Amino acid sequence: MTDLTSLTIAEAREGLASKSFTACELTDAHLAAIEAARVLNAYVLETPDRAREMAKAADEKIAKGDGGPLVGIPLGIKDLFATRDIRTTACSKILGNFIPPYESTVTSQLWRDGAVLLGKLNNDEFAMGSSNETSCFGPVTNPWRREGSNTTLVPGGSSGGSASAVAALLCMGATATDTGGSIRQPAAFTATVGIKPTYGRCSRWGIVAFASSLDQAGPIARTTRDAAILMRSMAGHDPKDTTSVDIAVPDYEAAIGKSVKGMKIGIPREYRLDGMPAEIEKLWSDGAQWLKAAGAELVEVSLPHTKYALPAYYIVAPAEASSNLARYDGVRYGLREPGKSIIEMYENTRADGFGDEVRRRVLIGTYVLSAGYYDAYYLRAQKVRTLIKKDFEDCFAKGVHAILTPATPSAAFGIGEKGGADPVEMYLNDIFTVTVNMAGLPGIAVPAGKDAQGLPLGLQLIGRPFDEETLFSLGEVIEQAAGRFTAPKWW
Amino acid sequence: MSVDATTVRRIAHLARIAVSDAEVPHLQGELNAMLAFVEQLSEVNIEGVEPMTSVTPMEMKKRGDVVNDGEIAEIIVRNAPDTVNDFFLVPKVVE
Repeated sequence: MTDLTSLTIAEAREGLASKSFTACELTDAHLAAIEAARVLNAYVLETPDRAREMAKAADEKIAKGDGGPLVGIPLGIKDLFATRDIRTTACSKILGNFIPPYESTVTSQLWRDGAVLLGKLNNDEFAMGSSNETSCFGPVTNPWRREGSNTTLVPGGSSGGSASAVAALLCMGATATDTGGSIRQPAAFTATVGIKPTYGRCSRWGIVAFASSLDQAGPIARTTRDAAILMRSMAGHDPKDTTSVDIAVPDYEAAIGKSVKGMKIGIPREYRLDGMPAEIEKLWSDGAQWLKAAGAELVEVSLPHTKYALPAYYIVAPAEASSNLARYDGVRYGLREPGKSIIEMYENTRADGFGDEVRRRVLIGTYVLSAGYYDAYYLRAQKVRTLIKKDFEDCFAKGVHAILTPATPSAAFGIGEKGGADPVEMYLNDIFTVTVNMAGLPGIAVPAGKDAQGLPLGLQLIGRPFDEETLFSLGEVIEQAAGRFTAPKWW
Repeated sequence: MSVDATTVRRIAHLARIAVSDAEVPHLQGELNAMLAFVEQLSEVNIEGVEPMTSVTPMEMKKRGDVVNDGEIAEIIVRNAPDTVNDFFLVPKVVE
């Protein structure tokens, strides 16, 4: 039997249906792979008992012929998603040993469709980071290394555990979340496919909140088709999230292989940064040529407020975070550090429970919302956000179907290499992805090539609101042209 | 704009995060780096622009004003650090 962990979801689905192997065998193969890859620190909690139980149930369903679209498919879940009776921490010390008595809507839909839970995946603390180095469980290792080097590289963040686990064949797909690039940047760093759907496409209910007007859940997978399969199960209206949109979920997989002939692809001139590495330039023009060869039409477009997206984000996101994270006060759940008064107890608990990056963002968010500064910072940023969204609307109004950009300004970097002296250095990682969150649009990152050191690089496609299907069609064209990239196993 | 040490202490107190005197200069530097970075927003012309309140145009949904959940106090307090009889316990608030 070929190694079951190297199958795609689509291939495993076929193998399960044709009884080439059982869901229990598929799950066991992954549990063994996880055990042998603990050095990557991708999982913060392994749930082998639950996994075997769910796989057994999947086999029974398959035998009866009533399995769902994901029956028997083993997945990893970012530790930001609440899982009933299974520890959920957002990788923060302040949540301690929190055991949710409820299940997030997105994960409950995956279990409804037959998927198997392998365990909880590492992420930056409260999803705040671009390298997975802020997790209270320690950093995640990228399975990719520079050619001829043993240097440990980051997998990106905040969904670093998800990206690393998918790339290292430790699950067939994973859930992730994206507030400023947290699905697409790690996907680009690990040669995986990651999609952040339109704001409102997936329910946020039961996902630990970071910045509520920007947060969206989405999948990370090894192929565009697999991402489409997972997306269909994750998406959908949920009365428990008032920002979740009540429109039908299409069969995203049907968009794979669909012709992109005649589609207009925007190439935004503002994404051509000064000093951009030549290999990123080349990747971008390769991607454009592949889409052109498939019949798409390339048009230069302008998104004039692009450079203001990241600074506006670093007002809006921390402001919302400072409000959302007010709930961690040592009273209802998680860590409590004693104090002489209740205020002192709050202050000690939050000082001890939050890591440096989270503390920094809560402080800046508190500042920009405080009396006398609200208009100068928060209100101004919200107005700039309106302008950023309008840039995209103007572009789509001219008939552009999707916009092609690089996913990240560089390939994966080393642990401890960035942001030590100046936090802004780390923030610049999200320069190409953050605009999409500010405008609430869907964006997909697809592996497209390697840099001179043999590290994967990705391209990003940005779509019209609720037109994820076009992104899957275009992403598949890039995947077919660029091929797939697998990290050589060294662990 | 930039923050001084007094402002850092004031924000930390507003955010209910204890900060030691030794940490203040470091935090002040980090916050000022962030503020310097966002300073470029002041060059954007925002005259007559509405602030964004909802990124997806939608009407706020309202749910029925009915009781459809509850009587689960034991589950609610299960994760709390300190409880008695389904109540959360906190340090004494009223003298």
